[in-house]
Amino acid sequence: MSQIHVTTTINGDTTEYLCNPEDTLLDVLRDTLRMTGTKEGCGTGDCGACSVTVDGRLVCSCLMLGAEAEGKSVETIEGMADGEELHPLQTKFLEHAALQCGICTPGFLVAAKSLLERNPDPTEEETRYWLAGNLCRCTGYDKIIRAVLDTAAEMRQEKSNAA
Amino acid sequence: MPLDSDQDTKPRTSFKYVGTRPIRPDGLEKVTGKAKFGADTFATGMLHGLILRSPHAHARIKSIDTSKAAALPGVKAVVTADDFKIEQEPGEMANVRANIMARGKVLYDGHAVAAVAAVSKSVARAALKLIKVDYEVLPHVTDVDEAMADDAPLLHEGMITEGVEPAPTKPSNIATRYEFGHGDVDAGFAKADVIVEREFKTAATHQGYIEPHACLANLSSDGSGDIWVCTQGHFMIRDSVCSLLGIDFSKVRVQSSEIGGGFGGKTTVFIEPVAAALSIKSGHPVKIVMSREEVFRATGPTASSSSRIKIGATKDGRIVAADGLFKYQGGAFPGSPVEFGAMAAFACYDLENVRAVGYDVVTNRPKQAAYRAPGAPMACYAVDNVIQELADKLGMDGIDFRLKNAADAGTKSSYGPVYPAIGLKTTLEAAKKHPHYSAPIGANQGRGVACGFWFNFGGQTSVSLNISPDGTVNLTTGTPDIGGSRSSYCLMAAEELGIPYEHVRASIVDTGVIGYNDVTDGSRVTFAGGLATINAARNAIKEMCSRAAQMWGIDVEAVKWEDGYAKPSGANAGDHEPLSLAQIAADAPNTGGPIAGHVECNADGAGVSFATHICDVEVDRETGRTSIKRYTVLQDAGKAVHPSYVEGQYQGGAVQGIGWALNEEYIYNDKGLLDNAGFLDYRIPVASDLPMIDTQILEIPNPGHPYGVRGVGETSIVPPLAAVSIAVSKAVGVQLSELPISPPKLLKALS
Amino acid sequence: MVRVVLWGSLNKLAADRAYYEVEAKNIIELLRSLGNEYPKLKPTFDRGVAVAIEGTLYQDNWFQPIPPDSEVYVLPRLAGG
Repeated sequence: MSQIHVTTTINGDTTEYLCNPEDTLLDVLRDTLRMTGTKEGCGTGDCGACSVTVDGRLVCSCLMLGAEAEGKSVETIEGMADGEELHPLQTKFLEHAALQCGICTPGFLVAAKSLLERNPDPTEEETRYWLAGNLCRCTGYDKIIRAVLDTAAEMRQEKSNAA
Repeated sequence: MPLDSDQDTKPRTSFKYVGTRPIRPDGLEKVTGKAKFGADTFATGMLHGLILRSPHAHARIKSIDTSKAAALPGVKAVVTADDFKIEQEPGEMANVRANIMARGKVLYDGHAVAAVAAVSKSVARAALKLIKVDYEVLPHVTDVDEAMADDAPLLHEGMITEGVEPAPTKPSNIATRYEFGHGDVDAGFAKADVIVEREFKTAATHQGYIEPHACLANLSSDGSGDIWVCTQGHFMIRDSVCSLLGIDFSKVRVQSSEIGGGFGGKTTVFIEPVAAALSIKSGHPVKIVMSREEVFRATGPTASSSSRIKIGATKDGRIVAADGLFKYQGGAFPGSPVEFGAMAAFACYDLENVRAVGYDVVTNRPKQAAYRAPGAPMACYAVDNVIQELADKLGMDGIDFRLKNAADAGTKSSYGPVYPAIGLKTTLEAAKKHPHYSAPIGANQGRGVACGFWFNFGGQTSVSLNISPDGTVNLTTGTPDIGGSRSSYCLMAAEELGIPYEHVRASIVDTGVIGYNDVTDGSRVTFAGGLATINAARNAIKEMCSRAAQMWGIDVEAVKWEDGYAKPSGANAGDHEPLSLAQIAADAPNTGGPIAGHVECNADGAGVSFATHICDVEVDRETGRTSIKRYTVLQDAGKAVHPSYVEGQYQGGAVQGIGWALNEEYIYNDKGLLDNAGFLDYRIPVASDLPMIDTQILEIPNPGHPYGVRGVGETSIVPPLAAVSIAVSKAVGVQLSELPISPPKLLKALS
Repeated sequence: MVRVVLWGSLNKLAADRAYYEVEAKNIIELLRSLGNEYPKLKPTFDRGVAVAIEGTLYQDNWFQPIPPDSEVYVLPRLAGG
């Protein structure tokens, strides 16, 4: 069976690749494009380590086929910082020590960014339920939740300062 | 040998950098996705390795035919047990050899039988389908009590129980019997006014690291080359791979990647020798990445247990005797951590009469690996439940009863040695004073308190500290960082040298670059690596003082080091301007060459770490669901080098323990096959299951470390099993004795 | 003279005594002396044991000095996770 040619946009850049029909978007990102920031923790959509956004929607890239990215806009962890300027979530994760081994961190950052884009003022409970699809085994989630809530507060403050 | 100790031997108590919370040096790469983990590397001409695994729990391998697989276009190598030719002395390495590739028999669902290396994952998958294995299925056993029965299916024909005198004449599935304790428990029980005796069961759990095992082996036909692997011990990987394949250690360089969680599960080999063998045979680099299903079926979960605890006390609340029987199954090979469970079970208590007996049993399950305080959580779970039941029967508060019987400096521990200064009573007293303990409890809610303990040890550690011409410092280490140790090393080096933390960088280098390092485990790294770092810094300081002495034309004894400067030690030494580390470093080429400090040691003097946990739960009697409403960890760190990462250890361990108590278990069906080999049905805690985990760091300095550091990484998984179980028992008014307390099990206990 | 206590099940492979008196200046001398007197202990000693001297645990430290008249415990080799 021959490979499928796909044209898509990844982190704002037009990207083309060839993939097998059965390859997931995660396989393509990691093995074909060597963008290893997105991680495989389970391959079955249970851990969230492979979180990306597709046309603004948070998805597990292991549950999507590489071919399905045709014509879509994909955002991964590699696109979160703007050159040398980190996204506020990335800065807060560092300040709050919200990561230990760091394998789940890209998934959490992508998921948290997606949350704050929809809901700039989430409660602790809303944050915990939004992030329930991202597994972390090191931190117990405490410092992650604090980092996200602190980021939300800071981003709201900056927005009202700018207004 | 003990380390050079010509410094003041009492731990230091005031610090400039140690105890602060700077950003960790590896943090930037981790939040941007740049950090490279086990599966994040590639090599030109790389092949994909895939392992064929047993579909049976117990079977004889009558034949394996790999010819069609080897002939498939795109397949470059096939290996079986025949490719691991080097005989091993009976013992652990022989068991590892049989575990990484089945020899003669498959002993568990998922046991590796053969492996291929192919040009793509899809060719590799097709090749596995072409391997023909002829099995003779045998009866199996997965339960620990059933495995000890006289008529149980036998896993290893020659297994005679060790530790029993005279030795048994019939083989069994019982590998070893252990016994610890002192005094006379029968005489003790005779004095008791109240006795509680109860049986407990816990299920096998997995460390649950989010990163599956992954490695890339690139070896030539003479065995030389390198391996990239996520591991807690890359020297261990090198030694194991080389021993199994008959290669000189110096020929193989192993580099540890960033590791996506270990918790003990990555302290041994599974796929690495297979990748190495495939690489040599094919002449290409070979990458193997485990699937999540393989991780559950074929790596190293911890033991399931069956225990019986009997404790007696007088009516004024003094324990007079404690007796524990612990039966652990560690999978298909000997080595469950039952001896540590038996040693740790009663370690929190001051007991005149105590006995702990442990049985290490084999079953048709994957070979166990260490899991954070191996053996202790299940043992302390059982003991602390009985302690609480006794306290309740005596009408005493749980903390007061524990305080009345708590181990302290001078107590003869239940496993033998006398304790030096320890922090148990401090954590209990802090728990009693903590607002959590006096907060009101609502309907269907319950509160549990429990204590825990874990040993620390030191181990072989090598550190090099090199000073650059601009006065910044590189620390070269060999202990994979699983908890933030790089930032702790930098803090300790900065403290000794008197330079800013930001001027020190730590990296973990490959086995060809630095002296030997034992595995990162046993809560040893901040203690032992820290000790080595501090002494490496002190060696470098000696050298810098010597350079300053030369430059000033005075004796080296007349030079002291203070706040990052070499200074004359007194007025008699002369009036010389202090020389900064940067200045001495800049002149180094002219004063004798590069300046460095090296330490290779076997660190001693590790202290033990005690903790008390408080847990509030709420039970929904209709669904059987238990929610954690509030959780507090109080633990002794000796000296918290980086408090945020100490808190992180407390919180992470507590949550693993909560998962163990409420939901996690290996579920085997009647064919001995694993039913829940994925994160959907092996349910670890998620963010919405939990509240914030409050922590309190106590500091009772460890006299064996220059800064008083105690290893903290493991203790925090020990108390939660009992704390949660006691809380639920109180919430529902029924004494529970089996883990996990999952909704179906709780509803059954309530009916 | 050093007083040595063996853990319960190991003790049964020796003479099942509450303690043993051994002439030894360091750990390796202690283990060799006990191993020679009670050969059934040797396999366990060869695999490795931990030794506690005055409350401090040592592993793989042959030449760790043992102060005279101290009490020493032989324990299973520790592992962590």
